[in-house]
Amino acid sequence: MPLLTRTLIKTAMLCFALALALGVALALGVTNAFFPAYIHLLAFGWLTQLIFGVALWMFPKYSAEKPRGSETLGWWTYGLLNLGLLLRIAAEPLNAHQPNAVSGRALVLSAVLQFLAGLLFVVNSWARVKEK
Amino acid sequence: MPRLSVWFIRASLLYLLLGFFFGGLILAQKGIPFYAPVWILFPLHVEFLLVGWLAQLALGAAFWILPRFSGAAPRGPATLVWISFALLNAGILLAALQIWLPAALLIGRIAEALGGILFVVGSWRRVKPSGAFK
Repeated sequence: MPLLTRTLIKTAMLCFALALALGVALALGVTNAFFPAYIHLLAFGWLTQLIFGVALWMFPKYSAEKPRGSETLGWWTYGLLNLGLLLRIAAEPLNAHQPNAVSGRALVLSAVLQFLAGLLFVVNSWARVKEK
Repeated sequence: MPRLSVWFIRASLLYLLLGFFFGGLILAQKGIPFYAPVWILFPLHVEFLLVGWLAQLALGAAFWILPRFSGAAPRGPATLVWISFALLNAGILLAALQIWLPAALLIGRIAEALGGILFVVGSWRRVKPSGAFK
């Protein structure tokens, strides 16, 4: 299993554990401002990141020289995805509690980073989704 | 990878992009409000990412990876699963029309459900021990 896949899957597992812990906190009555973070840790940090990791590993080879497409794009996907998610988790509850310029801009930046992560994954994977 | 899986997975990648784009617009609106009606995209964000991306990717990968039969139709009744693909995607697109046509949501969800059922029917026997049902 390549390093990028291992990194994506282990980070996904951490997101899963964090999401479940946050689920407990929400059930205990912690502010509902964390609810979007909980959902996105599960659907984005866990499921989507796990899929990215497995897909980069298992999809048909791009070519003999570059079996997994661009490793660089793969690492950019990883970095943007997790930086975007972290920014969201930090800024969204703050912004819900007391909207301010810093948390507002952080949310916009988070939105851009997460979209770019998805775009880079699609660009890097599209040609590997092919008939044998 | 069989052609049907290519279609399932490439469609799921397109829904991933659309779902992320709509989600990004909504998140940006939370941060720096620029156009409140962007929230109308929320049901599409959810539909595209849960059904269009996650569920559809799983179906495409399953059709590719599940154990095969040794006869003329190694992946079972492929026509049935092609119909499943068409129904699922017609359903997602119809559900997306709910913004303008609320009744389309129910029709879309019925099409999605039928698509899902056909996939299950078409794949059921492929979930088998090694060597069974050749």
